[in-house]
Amino acid sequence: MSDTALTLSAFLSRPAKTTSILPLSVRDLVLNFGETTVLRGLDLDLGPTGCTMVMGQNGSGKSLFLKLLHGLMQPTSGQIRWGENPAEKVTARQALVFQKPVLLRRSVAANIDFALKARGKERTRRDGILDHVGLLDKAGQPARLLSGGEAQRLALARALATDPEVLFLDEPTASLDPASVLMIERIVGDARARGVRIIFITHDIGQARRMADDVVFMHGGRIIEHSPASEFFPDPKSDVARDYLNGKLVV
Amino acid sequence: MVLSGDSDLLEIVVLSLRVSLTATAIACFIGLIVGALVAISRFRGRNALLILMNALMGLPPVVVGLLVYLHLSRSGPLGFLGLLYTPTAMILAQTILITPIIAALSRQILEDLHAEYAEQFRSLCLTRMQTIEALLWDARYSLLTVGLAGFGRAVAEVGAVIIVGGNIDHLTRVMTTAIALETSKGDLALALALGIILLVIALGVNAAVQSVRMTAARQAYV
Repeated sequence: MSDTALTLSAFLSRPAKTTSILPLSVRDLVLNFGETTVLRGLDLDLGPTGCTMVMGQNGSGKSLFLKLLHGLMQPTSGQIRWGENPAEKVTARQALVFQKPVLLRRSVAANIDFALKARGKERTRRDGILDHVGLLDKAGQPARLLSGGEAQRLALARALATDPEVLFLDEPTASLDPASVLMIERIVGDARARGVRIIFITHDIGQARRMADDVVFMHGGRIIEHSPASEFFPDPKSDVARDYLNGKLVV
Repeated sequence: MVLSGDSDLLEIVVLSLRVSLTATAIACFIGLIVGALVAISRFRGRNALLILMNALMGLPPVVVGLLVYLHLSRSGPLGFLGLLYTPTAMILAQTILITPIIAALSRQILEDLHAEYAEQFRSLCLTRMQTIEALLWDARYSLLTVGLAGFGRAVAEVGAVIIVGGNIDHLTRVMTTAIALETSKGDLALALALGIILLVIALGVNAAVQSVRMTAARQAYV
C-alpha cells in the first residue's frame, strides 16, 4: 500500500451535493417473523457524522436492524426516515459490508469494476481504490482465492467505490487476525474522516472503544441503551450492558 | 471407413453437428434467459411452473417430432413455410426438445448462485437485467455443463429428426438416423463407423468442457 494512497479523497469523489440523507430517525420499529417478534419498538436518532457501534449478544437483532436501515427488508410496522426519505429510497446512497464477504467469481479488479458499473461510476478510479486497500498488486488474481483479510478489504473497497453516504458494516472483522483488523479499521477510519457516516456492528469491545463515537446496545430485540462512547464504556446505564462489557452476559 | 475420410460419412457428420450445434445455441439463448428469469423471480404459480419445466425435460422425442410434423406439414399452420424434411425442421425439433433441459438445469444453478449474491445485489441496487447478466457470467462454467447436456441430448436423438427430417440422403440424413437405417439394411460397417464417431464426439466435447471447468475450479470461478 503506497503512502500516497492514505486518503480516500485522493481518488473517490465526494458524495454528490444533493440533499443529505442524514440524520436518521427511527420510530417504534417492529419486525415480526410469523408469530415471533424479533425487533420490538425500536427508537433511534443518529446525527449526520461519526461512527456508531452497534453492540449486543448474538440474536439480539443487530443484523436485522442494519438490514432494515439499509432498506433490504421491510419492517412489520414503524418508521425509518433518512432525512426526509424512507429507507428503501436511499439504499443506492449507502453500502453494506457483510461479515462473510460476498465476492463475485471474477478477478479482484473485476469485483470493483462491477460495483463501479452498477453505480455508473468511472472505471478509471479502480486502481486508486485497490491501492488504498493494499490490493493493487493482486488486481488480476481470482477474488475468491484471497485470504480472509484480503477478501474483506476487497469487499470494503467495493463498498467504498460506490461513494456511499452511509457505510454499514456487519462484523467485518470477525475471525480476522489482528493485523487485518487494524487495516480494516484504518480504512473505515479514513472513510469516516472523509464524511462517510459509519454504522458498525461488532462484538469486539476493544475495537468499539477504538472507533466508536456513540454506542447502540441491543438486547432481546430492543435498544437498551444509546450513549456517547465516552459514557458507555466507563459507565453503562443498564445492567445488561454492564454484564456484556464484563463478559458476564451468557445466553 | 472412418480414417479414409469417406465423403458420404463426412457429409452426415457435418450435417449432424450443424443441426445439433445450431439447436443447442438457440436452446441456450432461450433456455438460459427463461432459467435466469425464473431463478430470480417469485410469483404465484412458480412451483407449478417448476414442475412443468422439470417434466418437460423428459419430453419424448417422437412426440416432439409428431407435433412439429403436424405444424410443418402442408395442411398444418406453418405448412406454407415449406420446412418439412429440411435441416431447419430438424433444428426446430431439437430446439424444442432441449430448451426445457437448458431452462430447468440452468434455473437450479442460477437460483443457488442468486441465493448467495441476492443481498449483495440488492445492496448495490442492481436492476433485474444487471442481476441476470451477472448471474449468467458468474455461473458460466457451470452452465457449460448444461449446454453440454443439451448438445448430448440433441446429437444422440433419433425419434424427432427422423419424423421431421425424413432421413433423406444428402439432405437430412444425420448420424443417428443413418445408424438406424444402415443397421436395418444390415450395413453394419457404416453403422458402426457412425457409432464410433458419435462416441468420439461425445467424449471429446465432454473432455473439453471438463478441462475448462477444472481450470476454472483452480481459480475458484466455479
